[in-house]
Amino acid sequence: MELDLVVIWAAILVVGVIMYVVLDGFDLGVGILFPFQNNRGHRDHMMGSIAPVWDGNETWLIMGGVIILAIFPRAYSMILPAVYLPIFAMLLGFILRGVAFEFRHRSPGTEHIWRKVFAGGSILAAFSQGIVLGHFIGGFNFEQSLFEGGPWSWVHPFNFFTGLALVAGYGLLGGCWLVMKTTGELRAWSRRMAIRFGALVMIAMAVVSIWTPLVDPEINRRWFTMPDMLWLMPVPILTGLAFLGLWIGLFRDRTLQPFLCAVAAFLLGFLGLAISLWPYAVPRVMTIWEAASSPASQQFLIWGALFIIPVILAYTCYTYWVFRGPVSDKDGYGHDG
Amino acid sequence: MELDALMLSRIQFGLTTAFHIMFPTMTIGTALFLAFLEGAWLKTGKEVYRRLYHYWVRLFALAFGIGVVSGVVLTFEFGLNWSGYSNFIGDVLGPLIGYEVLTAFFLEAGFIGIMLFGERRVGPKLHFFATCMVALGTTFSAFWILAANSWMQTPAGYEISAQGYAVPVDWMAVIFNPSFPYRLAHMVNASLVSSAFVIAAVSAWCVLKNVERETMMKSLKLALLMAAITAPLQAFLGDQHGLNTLEYQPIKIAAIEGHWETVSEAPLVLFAWPDMEEAKNYYEVSIPYLGSIILTHSLDGTLVGLDTVPAEDRPYVPLVFFAFRIMAGLGFLMIGMAFLGQWLRHKKRLDTSQWYLKLLILTGPAGIVATIAGWITTEAGRQPWVVYEVLRTKDAVTPSLDTSTVAISLVAVSVVYLIILLVFLKVGARMVAQGPQPAGGTV
Repeated sequence: MELDLVVIWAAILVVGVIMYVVLDGFDLGVGILFPFQNNRGHRDHMMGSIAPVWDGNETWLIMGGVIILAIFPRAYSMILPAVYLPIFAMLLGFILRGVAFEFRHRSPGTEHIWRKVFAGGSILAAFSQGIVLGHFIGGFNFEQSLFEGGPWSWVHPFNFFTGLALVAGYGLLGGCWLVMKTTGELRAWSRRMAIRFGALVMIAMAVVSIWTPLVDPEINRRWFTMPDMLWLMPVPILTGLAFLGLWIGLFRDRTLQPFLCAVAAFLLGFLGLAISLWPYAVPRVMTIWEAASSPASQQFLIWGALFIIPVILAYTCYTYWVFRGPVSDKDGYGHDG
Repeated sequence: MELDALMLSRIQFGLTTAFHIMFPTMTIGTALFLAFLEGAWLKTGKEVYRRLYHYWVRLFALAFGIGVVSGVVLTFEFGLNWSGYSNFIGDVLGPLIGYEVLTAFFLEAGFIGIMLFGERRVGPKLHFFATCMVALGTTFSAFWILAANSWMQTPAGYEISAQGYAVPVDWMAVIFNPSFPYRLAHMVNASLVSSAFVIAAVSAWCVLKNVERETMMKSLKLALLMAAITAPLQAFLGDQHGLNTLEYQPIKIAAIEGHWETVSEAPLVLFAWPDMEEAKNYYEVSIPYLGSIILTHSLDGTLVGLDTVPAEDRPYVPLVFFAFRIMAGLGFLMIGMAFLGQWLRHKKRLDTSQWYLKLLILTGPAGIVATIAGWITTEAGRQPWVVYEVLRTKDAVTPSLDTSTVAISLVAVSVVYLIILLVFLKVGARMVAQGPQPAGGTV
């Protein structure tokens, strides 16, 4: 069998997106939980726990975007204009929360502004991503590669729901991350937040799983036709088990288990999504092969992907190792303000 | 000028790039400066280097953070506003930007955490390594993005596919396209010059205000040394870049020079008001022969004028003409300041020459302003093309883009950037005024 680079690239893209969703998911999640925490010292610790890593986490999103530009340019130039305003809102969200890291602890007397900017930016970014995701699943309205839906076509109840679902999901990841990275009162609070957001996520996931096949008949066929249904059964079953593990971990007050199980639930959710959409780069319009760039472009970048991504993973792991364990007063910002 | 989706997209892209480039311009040079300071501390053990490192790393962190988030916007704008462009260049420039992400963005982001927050958790040598990796990342980033930008100026190593977009044929020719080495050298050195003047201005302020005078004198001397080497070098690199542009983009040079007609014995136009409608200069002040001498190194060298192309293929001359003069004027001002600094130092009058220290504070932003002016010169000078003589800017814009949509995003991003810039200056000024923290202080 000939090696199909397009499929390998699609796999690399999925891995990149998963890395992004998990890593930036928890640090956006910390921002999403921010409005619920009234203690300034606790907020310092929350921000301190992600300060050394958020920049690297966000880089996976840029990588995802650039892979689509380089490997699936026909899809890139079709998808982005169709979700112009939500993507722009997401970018503004990123900018606001990004500068809040720097400004919050360095301009005295303005913490009450920058903590809101940090929370607002994080929520805006997550919600916008959810809208883009929902619009992507629902399919765009394309005519001859020209987007005809108008600038507001993403305004749809389903997309708002996926937006809220993603906010809840990131909030859950953030809560589980803080359970792992904090101690005492803050950890107990994080656990309570994880439980609340976990409940929201379960409801949201169930609704999306029922709603998606209704929005898209082709997804309906893929999941609910024999014999495919049997092959795909492990996905919902494993998702159920991941949630079971999450609840056991949270109620038995374990440190690592809730985060790992929440990550597993996220991975399975995205695997389910990938199954639903395969092999489309733009759902129902353009397959990954139709969207692909020239073989020379794919070959040139594959060397970078195969040899440099492992190095990136190595030093990323090293950074997490350096900052392992619960965050303390010695870490993060807040000493020079 | 019609404010349609195309024009608003151009304004938005110009604004977001100009805002972004200020921060890498500061951080590329400052990262190398920080690597030098930490290396010097490790080698000599002198406390002054360590204190300076801790002082500058906090300001570096502030600029770095804004540079990162404002850069993300650009990656997505290619697709949002310029889908015709991203569809056309994706196969060729996508992989180049891909390598920028893989070799530069991840490297910077992976080690910035250890650099800023990891001093208590890793040994001094590992910490120095992290600083070097961040500095290396900023330089790699410049390499790839300049390769991509240069390809848009002097495209090479590609062909047009049957479907009508560019596909790579020879990657070495794509990356090392004719203008790339000149642009890379000119930009990397520009950020060294700009950083030197920002560092010199802040140091001069501290010396004047007696904030850690001894420590900041050291910082000032280092910055002025950096300026004395890089500012004259920039004039040489700029001249070389100009000769390269004359060879590949003569119309851009004609716009820079304000030459409407093709002439030998061309003058050097010092000042004029170029008029697009009349295709001539008003209020021209020029020096005979000097244009030919500078660009062709002979008295009667022929220079191509704007009249060799139809009016619709000319850039907007006044913008290119004035942006170039702002860049070059500031460049010569900085060379003068750098030499003056070395002379005062030689006479041992640097710390007592208050007038010079005050002038240094004023010229602090000179490098950054010159860099932006230089980018306006080269990007506006390439118009009406986005990929020179291959793809027109009007064909690059997203065809379905609605004017009101771009208006919303343009207003939103302008407001947010303005606020960020003001807060950055306020917070930065406060950190400057605090001076270096006492020994043993935290980052």
